[in-house]
Amino acid sequence: MRPRADVFLRCAKCRKPIYVKEFERNLRVCPRCGHHHRLPADERIAVTFDEGSFQELDANLASANPLAFPEYAEKLERGFAATGRHDPIVRGVATLGGMRVSAAVSDFAFMGGSMGSVAGEKITRTLELALDERIPAVVFTATGGARMQEGLLSLMQMAKTVGACRRLSDAGVPFVCVFTDPTMAGVLASYASLADIIVAEPGALVGFAGPRVSAQAQVARVPENFQTSEFNLEHGMIDMIVPRSEMRGTLVRVLGHLTQRGGTEVGAVMA
Amino acid sequence: MARSWREWEKPLSDLEEGIRRLRELRDRVAPDKASALDSQIEEFERKRDEYIRIKYGRLGAWERTLVARAETRPYTLDYIRYLVDDWVELHGDRRFADDKAIVGGLGRIGDRSCVIVGHQKGRDLKSRQYRNFGMAKPEGYRKAIRLFQMADRFNLPVVTFVDTPAADPGVESESRGISQAIAEGMFAMFGLGVPSVSVIIGEGGSGGAIGIAIANRVLMLENSIYSVIPPEGCAAILWRDPTASDRAAAALRLTAKDALELGLIDEIIPEGLGGAHRDPQETASNVKLAVARHLKALDSLSKEEIRAQRLQKFRNMGVVAEPAPTRDP
Repeated sequence: MRPRADVFLRCAKCRKPIYVKEFERNLRVCPRCGHHHRLPADERIAVTFDEGSFQELDANLASANPLAFPEYAEKLERGFAATGRHDPIVRGVATLGGMRVSAAVSDFAFMGGSMGSVAGEKITRTLELALDERIPAVVFTATGGARMQEGLLSLMQMAKTVGACRRLSDAGVPFVCVFTDPTMAGVLASYASLADIIVAEPGALVGFAGPRVSAQAQVARVPENFQTSEFNLEHGMIDMIVPRSEMRGTLVRVLGHLTQRGGTEVGAVMA
Repeated sequence: MARSWREWEKPLSDLEEGIRRLRELRDRVAPDKASALDSQIEEFERKRDEYIRIKYGRLGAWERTLVARAETRPYTLDYIRYLVDDWVELHGDRRFADDKAIVGGLGRIGDRSCVIVGHQKGRDLKSRQYRNFGMAKPEGYRKAIRLFQMADRFNLPVVTFVDTPAADPGVESESRGISQAIAEGMFAMFGLGVPSVSVIIGEGGSGGAIGIAIANRVLMLENSIYSVIPPEGCAAILWRDPTASDRAAAALRLTAKDALELGLIDEIIPEGLGGAHRDPQETASNVKLAVARHLKALDSLSKEEIRAQRLQKFRNMGVVAEPAPTRDP
């Protein structure tokens, strides 16, 4: 008997059937193999920040297609259709364990989470708001890197976001970044790698060049866990790997220490 | 569509080879016949100059990409030879290794001692491998950062020359944190209280380039390119056709003129007819004048103003459609 699609789905990794309700209850983590499936931005916000506390900012900021790049307008429309938004970055203010934070979350479903002028501007504003209010910045990445369709303007978003990191760091305001699947290229090589604390979800793809490019460039064999969260932890590039169910509690604890306020609430994941 | 610079410049190099042979012949023939050859040589030289004028007078984005990558084009150490006095090369990141794809050191430009850092490519097979094709590993960026911080301690301006297809994408580089090293490179450059000037001299290849290109002034040579992705890669993604690189190059707006129009660079440095490889001396002299002029203009700023100017310059980059203000009902 074929499992019914509305009741069962298959894990993208182990291919075993999962009961949909169990899948959702488990924050889209496969109960069998622990594979962390991607989360849409709204769900990420719901499972991370205090219930109902997230207030979105700059929701209408949209790409101006500054280079009139071929097929870009259609891709933006498709991204909008998939997510109901104008950009992968959803930013705002929220509370996390009662602490006010400046937050941004990336949605891979919008053009692979790519960073063009809008994403660069939103991340920069996220860090600037943290600086102005002296509240922690918390960013969840999910991206293939810089957005090709805005050419050099996209490359400059790496510089712009790094400039904001510089000011935040000099002012001693904490910045925590969570790498989710995938966190690549131009985003990894800019603001994401400059966070005070870097946390990653298990099994996320985290790297500079596409895995195929790296493999081609190398005569030596590519390690089995190449460009995963685990590979990056082993090589000293990130602070820790935290399963989704423990992410919220971990962030509350970390921010409690960095701001010396103490976590007002620890552990609880979601209602 | 020509695939390489050699293919694209072949008619010209054939013409030049013809001229060279005629000259050889002229030296061997009797004096009475030499004058006839002289006029023939002159005729060919006139044709060559005309050809260069036409060919280089209207370069498209893809042709410029080929010229920017030309293996006869001057590289960082060539510019240093031409325009820097008392050059002392310094090595190593004090952590792991000395990367050969990024060179750095101390030298004088005009009357100013500077810290100078740049990507370095090789010309023949052996030197290309030695320089890893100008693709720096984490230790290259970490060497650059060490030198930038030293410049800050001793109040020396920073000048960087950018010329790389990309940062090294291999397993080694990932293992030692190539992304982190590039991000730290930009971070370090934003922190400098001394004036800085970056010059894109050939290929400004994505993250590998911008890792050493955060400066108060960013200048591009006339035939250099600066891009988020190589045209071949873009064409492969967009049209699954790497041979559509010319279309991709145009779409990416990767020429110096494009970057200036988009407000992302400060100035284009002219190369003279036929590109930097035909007249490296004049090109280097133009680079020297431009760099010295910008350093001088930045001299009057305080450390705080230098940093603020650099941060603000990059803060302003990007084009977004701002939402219409919400109207009251």
